Amino acid sequence: METVTNATSPVDTKPVKLAPPSRWADRIFEWFTLAMALVVVALIFVVGWQMARGSHLAITRFGFHFLTTSTWDPVAEQYGALPFIYGTAVSSLIALIIAVPLSVATAVFLTELAPLWIRQPLVSLIEMLAAIPSVILGLWGIFAMIPWLRAYPFPILKRLFGWTPLFSGPIYGVSMLAGGIIIAIMILPIITSVSREILRSVPNLQREAAYALGGTRWEVTRIAVLSYAKNGLFGAAILGLGRALGETMAVTMVIGNTPQIKASLFAPGYTLASVIANEFTEATTDLYLQALFEIGLVLFAITILANLLARLLLRGMGGISTTRAVQ
Amino acid sequence: MNIARFLGGSCSLILLGGTIGTASGQMTINGAGATFPYPIYSKRFDEYAKVDPSVRFNYQSIGSGGGQKQILAQTVDFGASDGPMSDDNLGKAPGKILHIPTVAGADVVAYNLPGNPAVKLDADTIAGIFLGNVKKWNDAKIRALNPGVSLPDQEIVVVHRSDGSGTTYIWTDYLSKVSVEWKQKVGTNTSVNWPTGIGGKGNEGVAGQIKQTPGALGYVELIYAIQNKMPYADVKNSAGAFVKATIESVTAAMATAQIPDDFRFSMTNAAGQDSYPIAGSTWLLVYEQQKGAAKGKKLVEFLKWALTKGEAMAKELSYAPLPDALRDRVLKRVDEIKVQ
Repeated sequence: METVTNATSPVDTKPVKLAPPSRWADRIFEWFTLAMALVVVALIFVVGWQMARGSHLAITRFGFHFLTTSTWDPVAEQYGALPFIYGTAVSSLIALIIAVPLSVATAVFLTELAPLWIRQPLVSLIEMLAAIPSVILGLWGIFAMIPWLRAYPFPILKRLFGWTPLFSGPIYGVSMLAGGIIIAIMILPIITSVSREILRSVPNLQREAAYALGGTRWEVTRIAVLSYAKNGLFGAAILGLGRALGETMAVTMVIGNTPQIKASLFAPGYTLASVIANEFTEATTDLYLQALFEIGLVLFAITILANLLARLLLRGMGGISTTRAVQ
Repeated sequence: MNIARFLGGSCSLILLGGTIGTASGQMTINGAGATFPYPIYSKRFDEYAKVDPSVRFNYQSIGSGGGQKQILAQTVDFGASDGPMSDDNLGKAPGKILHIPTVAGADVVAYNLPGNPAVKLDADTIAGIFLGNVKKWNDAKIRALNPGVSLPDQEIVVVHRSDGSGTTYIWTDYLSKVSVEWKQKVGTNTSVNWPTGIGGKGNEGVAGQIKQTPGALGYVELIYAIQNKMPYADVKNSAGAFVKATIESVTAAMATAQIPDDFRFSMTNAAGQDSYPIAGSTWLLVYEQQKGAAKGKKLVEFLKWALTKGEAMAKELSYAPLPDALRDRVLKRVDEIKVQ
């Protein structure tokens, strides 16, 4: 290093005079951006710390039982978060199972197969789906989706798979499954757009090489494109999961809001985000409010854990395009 | 306490925004709380601006829990709540808080049956349905109350509110009074641990759920059932008469209810032939000792106006006004508010 600077400095004497101000600007720019980046990090810590502080009464009162018990009784002041944790996990899982294949297939169609003139209109339409306010989607869920689900798909599912615990029991319409479907609709656009970007970043050389080997369109897509982009697509799914965990309004309107753990997906459920939205405004006692704060803390922790786990998984898969995907 | 400060902080920011907007020389009186009476309150604030242009009201309908927290933290000039404050919460107040009842509303038992026949229910049956003991529409209890009505062999899908609400407070207060089993197992609150049923968010969520689900039964505010043209049951009151929920039958219930001097009363299951049994009042919360003389004086003037001239607006919006005897008692209490 030293030799390099020594060697260069005598050569360009004039630029050295001009250098200090520009170096300052660089430094200020660097500090500024660093500070902004730190603000984001600090924000996460402040949120976590505030929520932990806001729920200390509930934490000390219930301890670990908060996570493992199922009674949520504001009258007796007994609070257990297990049904909500279960509901959040299951509804998000259903959403991912529905949304990921749909989104990836859409993205493949848009980047690999669709005629050029149709791509942009389709992309705009999908992005428009993301612009629908959550509460509107929820109302649509109550008045259009649920009656339809109750009339056709649910009875068919029950007839075909009624022998499994997953699709047994009475059909009310509002259910864990309906909640999962609404979340799936809400996370479709984000997974689709990210997947599309990732597929577009697959070098054309890959495709050309596969074609040169005599691959069919399906083989080219499968071997050259999808397997090349799989880490990125995984990242897209994780972004979707992050959204799914926190979706509140529309889910609250169709999931049935019953804190219970039932194997049947036709049974109503409840999520962490929903119980906060439902009960926060009317929580009059300290412990009640603190228990809701702790629910928030649990949701916060689950979201962070899901992200960390995804990163570990990606590292395990030896990802290259990971940083791009999980931005 | 931390949370109260946090809520207080965020609210005072909102309120600050409100103050900046006002013309100079105008006084802003800030309030926050219950959502149920929000339509009538905002109408009264609007009308009052014509009576006294020098004051402007800023009311945030953040929920009864928030209203109680705000008045305790003294970040607002008045709070509003659909349930009376507990002794526990009142004990935390830096001064004496008065409950001023303003209007009352009713919960109706709405349902969805083929052909929507008129159905009559009594306390025992309603409690049975919500406890999960009465499961079918053609249960012997329901049939006995409704001779001649064809009731299907269909499961009753119970729908309740999922969000904490004054409506639920009234509902569970009624059930606790009429059913020992309910009182022991569930109790009274703005949200409870429901033994059965599915939860809908807000009156619109419950109404939507009932309308969409064949065999559903649930409770919504009277106004909501009227607006949505939903059928609702006549309920047997404590005098043994079947009563339809109307503004008059709610006011009648308030007239016979036992009301203590601090006005923290419950009017469910009230006595009297004409009283509708599932109803409740909503309150404004003010300190007996007002801090600012000018503001306190204006607030008292408004309260008096709201209880007299402003009362006429209640019926237009399907709220039940206070009966005369109670109104006079409340006015007397308002006079005792100290402004210095």
